[in-house]
Amino acid sequence: MSILEIIRFAFRGLSINRLRTALTTLGIMIGVSSVIILIAVGNGSAKSIQSSLDRLGTNSIQVRSNAGGFGGQRARASTANVKPLTILDAVALSDPKQAPHVKQAAPIANSNNTVCSFSTSTSTPSTFSGTWPSYFEASNAKVSKGTYFTTEDVNQSRRVAVIGQTTATELFGTDNPLNQTIRCGGIPFTVIGITEAKGSQGFQDGDSLFLAPITAVENSLTGYQALSSIIVEATSSTTTDLAQTEIQTILDARHKVKNANSRDYRLFNQASLLATSSSNSQVFTVLLGAVAAISLLVGGIGITNIMLVTVIERTREIGIRKAIGAPKGAILTQFLIEATILSLVGGLMGVAGGFIGSQFTIIGVKPVIVPASVFLAFGVSVLIGLFFGGYPASRAASLRPIEALRHE
Amino acid sequence: MSDHLVIDVRGAVKKYGTGQASIYALDGVDLQIKSGEYVAIMGPSGSGKSTLMNIMGALDNMTSGKYFLDGIEISSMDENALSIVRGRKIGFIFQSFNLIPRTTALANVELPMAYQGIKSAERKMRALKALEVVGLSDRVDHEPTELSGGQQQRVAVARALATRPALLLADEPTGALDSKSTHDLLDLFDQINAAGRTVIVITHEADVADRAKRVIRMRDGKVVSDTMNDRRAGART
Ligand SMILES: Nc1ncnc2c1ncn2[C@@H]1O[C@H](COP(=O)(O)OP(=O)(O)OP(=O)(O)O)[C@@H](O)[C@H]1O
Ligand SMILES: [Mg+2]
Repeated sequence: MSILEIIRFAFRGLSINRLRTALTTLGIMIGVSSVIILIAVGNGSAKSIQSSLDRLGTNSIQVRSNAGGFGGQRARASTANVKPLTILDAVALSDPKQAPHVKQAAPIANSNNTVCSFSTSTSTPSTFSGTWPSYFEASNAKVSKGTYFTTEDVNQSRRVAVIGQTTATELFGTDNPLNQTIRCGGIPFTVIGITEAKGSQGFQDGDSLFLAPITAVENSLTGYQALSSIIVEATSSTTTDLAQTEIQTILDARHKVKNANSRDYRLFNQASLLATSSSNSQVFTVLLGAVAAISLLVGGIGITNIMLVTVIERTREIGIRKAIGAPKGAILTQFLIEATILSLVGGLMGVAGGFIGSQFTIIGVKPVIVPASVFLAFGVSVLIGLFFGGYPASRAASLRPIEALRHE
Repeated sequence: MSDHLVIDVRGAVKKYGTGQASIYALDGVDLQIKSGEYVAIMGPSGSGKSTLMNIMGALDNMTSGKYFLDGIEISSMDENALSIVRGRKIGFIFQSFNLIPRTTALANVELPMAYQGIKSAERKMRALKALEVVGLSDRVDHEPTELSGGQQQRVAVARALATRPALLLADEPTGALDSKSTHDLLDLFDQINAAGRTVIVITHEADVADRAKRVIRMRDGKVVSDTMNDRRAGART
């Protein structure tokens, strides 16, 4: 009995029950591809958080006031021992004598939910800030078309603006926004620059952006009030800790803070943000991995089940084959080849499905395939298929023909 | 007919179940059959005929006793050797046909020859010939479910004959056949036996048993009579 003959038997065995063959293959395929895709999504989200943090730069430190809650608006600024952040704080932090490790600082005054319009289009930038030119470097924002606004513009309260690409597209479509005048909160601003695309930062669109001289924004929109925050750039990524201490010394003195626990401001630096969000994304990946493992397990049980049923259902057939002279080896080989074909085809289709599925953006994440997950998913499903196809077949093939024949 | 013993069963006991519930399907059977004999086994339902046949066909084992097939003790052979013996020496026609489901009549008949390593072209030719002999030339591509009971039985006969076995074991091969088909099949058995092969047939029907040269009667797992068929012997002289 040649091996070719046995392979022919295996293919005939598979073609006899096409639906079962198709369902088994489908089960393996879904198991394998879902594992690959889920892990790719976890990995992709980790990667995207990482890269948006990289874009922010790791030298910058944000100072936020405890007053006024989110966005630092004036609301509770009058609370007894809480002093709001002011322009003078920003000036003090920019002093190279007091803060030698601070390269530059920029005050930020946000005007939230300000609607900008140009002819009939409108746009509400998610970040609408008045600031200093030093902001651009401190926050790693680059103008790709047009120019930055200058210290001169700040001193003169000129109504000029640098906008992000999302805002530009929303207002101008494909037209050139430079030197056009848009109205924000009813106030006209001339667009002088467009920032480089940043992509999404966490859950915020980094390109939905409006930046103007702080004086112009305060003059016309927010009034002279507490700052939303101050962004500070350390001289290098290794001096952020020193810069942070200097900031605390200066602000503690200016805000008359008696002990560290009663500070009326908080510092956020990118390094610590990086740490928390990368640990968050690790948790996310682990979670997705667990879901993937469960789906692999369920898929595996599905394969096991179908393989067991297939063999049990065919125990009688195995008995007939033995009774008419089939050696155990030939029967076992036939069933192993059937199981191999099923699990290989299913596994390969699953890998293909995983690669195709990972081309799409899933829940806002661009999946990035982890090669190990491909081998793991493929390997596990093939092994399960082989074992649970092979083991019961071997047991059935070891039965005396008459016992196998009695099997209903 | 030679004096060589094809089948030599000694003290065969087959017990099913344990304790109170146990029953003896075979209760000490001794049976010797020489090469070239034509034997009919008769007896009431449940008397152990099929059980004995399965043991003779090396499909089942005994609780106790010895069985020599062509002089070799079966219990000394491993499963692989048994497979070869089943394929090469024995043609078995089951009471319940035992065709492979969802497989054509032709493929069913070819199967034992495939396991013997006979080349595809030759076994197809032999299978078609065997199907022609049982009168199923026009049904070769039908699957068991598309065949009547009698047709399935004839496929089973063709499968057992195609390998040209030295020993043909048939468990009620005419059970599902009409009288014409029965007659044809018995003629076939006569030819096979005339060619020197051993034929053992289980049957309830007297006219089937009449064709055999020796009739064995069983009851409650024992052989109760073993007679040469005088009528047939007489007819021959
Ligand atoms: N697997 C089994 N388990 C328990 N008892 C069995 C089993 N197989 C057969 N028997 C019993 O053994 C006895 C002999 O059975 P066997 O099939 O040999 O009878 P038989 O002579 O072929 O009958 P029939 O003419 O109806 O085919 C019966 O009483 C039957 O119930
Ligand atoms: Mg019977």
